[in-house]
Amino acid sequence: MTFRGADWFLLSPELFLTAAALLVLGLATAMRKAHEEFLGYLSILFVVLTGALLAFVAAAPPRHAGPILGGMFVADNFALFFQFTILLSLVLTILASMRFVAAAPYPGGEYYALLLLTGVGMLFMVSGNNLISIYVALETMALASYVLAGYFKGETKSTEAALKYFVLGAFSSGVLLYGLSLVYGIAGQLGLPELAKLLAGTPRSNLLVLGILLLLAGLLFKIAAVPFHFWTPDVYEGAPTPITAFFSVGPKLAAYAVLARVFYVAFPRFHADWGLIVALVSAATMIWGNVAALMQTNVKRLFAYSSIAHAGYALLGVLGFRTAFGLWGILVYLLAYTFMNFGAFALVIFLESRGYAAESVSDFNGLARRNMTAAVVMLVFLLSLAGIPPTAGFIGKYYLFAAALKAGYPWLVVLGLLTSAISLFYYFRIAAAMFFSEAAGAKFRASDALTAAVVICAAGTLIVGIAPEKVLQVLRACTPGAY
Amino acid sequence: MLSNIPILSIVAYVPLLGALAIIFFVPREKAQTIKSVATAFAVIDFLLSLPLWIAFDRGREGYQFVERASWIPSLGVEYHFGVDGISLILILLTTLMGVIAIVCSYSAISERLKEYYVLLLLLQTFMIGTFCCLDLFLFYVFWEVMLVPMYFLIGVWGGERRLYAAIKFFLYTLAGSVLMLLGIIALYFLNTTGFLGYHGAGNPATFSIEKLTAVAAGLPVDLQIWLFFAFFLGFAIKVPMFPFHTWLPDAHTEAPTAGSVILAAVLLKMGTYGFVRFSLPMFPEAVKTPWVLKTMIALAIIGIVYGAMVTLVQKDMKRLIAYSSVSHLGFVMLGIFALNMAGIQGSILQMVNHGISTGALFLLVGVVYERRHTRMISEYGGLAKQMPLYATYFLVMALSSMGLPVLNGFIGEFSILQGAFARSFWWAFFAATGIVLGAAYLLWLYQRVFFGELSNPANQKLQDLTLREQLTLAPLVILAFWIGLYPRPIFDLLRVPSERIVTAVGGKTMTAPAYAARVAAAPSAPRTAP
Repeated sequence: MTFRGADWFLLSPELFLTAAALLVLGLATAMRKAHEEFLGYLSILFVVLTGALLAFVAAAPPRHAGPILGGMFVADNFALFFQFTILLSLVLTILASMRFVAAAPYPGGEYYALLLLTGVGMLFMVSGNNLISIYVALETMALASYVLAGYFKGETKSTEAALKYFVLGAFSSGVLLYGLSLVYGIAGQLGLPELAKLLAGTPRSNLLVLGILLLLAGLLFKIAAVPFHFWTPDVYEGAPTPITAFFSVGPKLAAYAVLARVFYVAFPRFHADWGLIVALVSAATMIWGNVAALMQTNVKRLFAYSSIAHAGYALLGVLGFRTAFGLWGILVYLLAYTFMNFGAFALVIFLESRGYAAESVSDFNGLARRNMTAAVVMLVFLLSLAGIPPTAGFIGKYYLFAAALKAGYPWLVVLGLLTSAISLFYYFRIAAAMFFSEAAGAKFRASDALTAAVVICAAGTLIVGIAPEKVLQVLRACTPGAY
Repeated sequence: MLSNIPILSIVAYVPLLGALAIIFFVPREKAQTIKSVATAFAVIDFLLSLPLWIAFDRGREGYQFVERASWIPSLGVEYHFGVDGISLILILLTTLMGVIAIVCSYSAISERLKEYYVLLLLLQTFMIGTFCCLDLFLFYVFWEVMLVPMYFLIGVWGGERRLYAAIKFFLYTLAGSVLMLLGIIALYFLNTTGFLGYHGAGNPATFSIEKLTAVAAGLPVDLQIWLFFAFFLGFAIKVPMFPFHTWLPDAHTEAPTAGSVILAAVLLKMGTYGFVRFSLPMFPEAVKTPWVLKTMIALAIIGIVYGAMVTLVQKDMKRLIAYSSVSHLGFVMLGIFALNMAGIQGSILQMVNHGISTGALFLLVGVVYERRHTRMISEYGGLAKQMPLYATYFLVMALSSMGLPVLNGFIGEFSILQGAFARSFWWAFFAATGIVLGAAYLLWLYQRVFFGELSNPANQKLQDLTLREQLTLAPLVILAFWIGLYPRPIFDLLRVPSERIVTAVGGKTMTAPAYAARVAAAPSAPRTAP
């Protein structure tokens, strides 16, 4: 492995965020509970500064680009898109957490520090260009998130969520690692471009395919695709709601980046082997995610299943990665998903009265009378999640369906379209509760920080839905090789 | 005169402006102001749409008042508006019905006024937009988003089972239209790079309806049939064709009066409009395939007869009129799939007629519902004595709905039957039984509600139509007579676009130009044809 001076420059955003996380952790020990809000704003500042560094790196002359640390990482536009989106999700999460953390009887400094640490893991994950660096980054992210899931350590549900998340997460990491070792055993390589080069010439071997499929399974765990989704509803229900919102967006983004990169760069030759499996998983995920969501009365579980369903849609883009719309579509969809899903969760946080405890759909009753703006904004998120134009969700789904049709999976498109229609039923249970039921509580206002998060999400959802051209062009530039 | 003004966009977005004005500038306590602002914007919108009727060049091929701007170049999506005679007449119907829907709600809606009028105005914008679109992507956007305000109109201000009816309406229509999206994506690829072994035309990416129609019409039959059915479900549910009609009675019955009026007058026309605008010109080979055509005709005829028979046994007035829509729109479908001038022109005219007469009937039912809060026929009887004006209006509209000469329904139905007869005696025969049944259910309804003794004490104090109610009904009565006595301006408007559709599907029974010449020569167009 060779170090270049430029590597330090290229890695500066990640290094800065690491230092920031440690600093927040250190400050937290010296800070009284009453002042923890300051740590939240400080964390936001750090994340924004990381974003600025990232922009600086991105704008640097091309001689700096290329492999970092001897090919362990790569600073391409694809990684940049995910890094920016992940930073966005961090900012949103912190904004949504402020009042919440202040009200909770646990130290808030750790909370912010851990969030930033997951951010470090994710930033490395999406730029990882070598299976081992990807694995290490993934574990960095995962370990911090297990702790975050159990942040309410006095509550049984939160602890249970953390334990479940940990056990299943560790298991899936094991599966991933096993697949990785098989691939290494046969190919003798872990770098993604090297693997691609090597595999292009070697005959197909069953053991190698097994290794690839195990890798796939490990990653499908992380994005919560059926049949690897069992942890999701429980973890989402038990974790503090801002963390649930974060889990449904941030780590998923990172896992998608890895999934797309690994299978696009390293294993396109084995498309025939993993293509059908991904297609079946996608079908099962769309069906089960949506059908199970129909039966939920708990909002967090409902959105847990809905996010499972959305994982199924995004897999359509992985299937169609060779088409013009595939990878581009994943980026469009994930961006849309970040806005709309986080926005919906932000509204759930908005309504929560008891802190972390799971709340039912009926808590939305009469929201239109209590706070019309909140109800209308929630409606926008719900419409977007259901894929109704003119919202970001529709544009995203359009791309994914186009990719899948072009890639030769018309049946999956039909399934995706029909399950989208089904999804409207449970999303609109919330809409019906908001607009058709009588008010169940007093009028109220949200904290400014949370309002800011909601505004960002709503603006994103509508801009990508109504005037998406600029965004689409930027995202196309972030799509490797499709054009 | 209108060439430099984006008149279609103005007509489409004036209601939206009205909605925004109400949202931001009128406090919810000021009920009267809300009503006035909503009415003002609807009336302005209607007045703005009238120049379209005057300035439209009836002899010219193609679309007029075209507006075109790029919207999402990455996907080839454009903001592309334009109208031909078919969309023009439907836009005028929409703007008129928009005013009527708002005025008829003054006293019927007493709570959450602000949201109500905002939603009505939004719905208006989306409906007009749908009729204006010349870009398939944009069309889909309007088509889908239209469901949202209607959902809330039914769900908030509807009858007892409104929640059920609202979500059923939304889910049914959505489930139908999502497959249309598949068809749209497929057409997009067929125009560009192809998919699944089908070669694309290699053109630049576009959703232009004209371009895609040209590409689609040249596709092999099997692919055309697939695409036809991808679009079919969306349109058929909206129409609604038998057996996809089950959402309609619920939605109509539970919706507030204005909602029912808009549903009947405009929303259902979206489906038939879809067939005329997309299915026929895009997939002519599929439409001409015998089994497809027979299926369509069979569904249309079942719709006519079954719809009429179910209507006969209804006990609820609103439900009765809702079911009669199934029958009437069966007629429209029959005319469309007769694939000749008489059939298609008659169908489009009948779309307007159905909007006028069924819209008016819903208004009329709304009038007594507002006074008595029941729609059961058995609750009424002998109303003719107590409410003579009401009885007169009701009679005119019922006669118009059943197709009595001198009134509008006759012209449309006659033309459709003529078109159907030219194709097959039996088509016309079965359809004619529908007319007989139609007369039966309407006259029987009329008899039960208006004749006999005024026995129910609750009805003895019923007030006759107010001036406002008459104002909502009068334009429809005038239109009914106008179309019934002098339909030629409308046939003139429809001639060129209908010819184009008939040419596209290669209408055989009568060559389009010969028929057109006859229509142009004859004063009361359809009746002179053999």
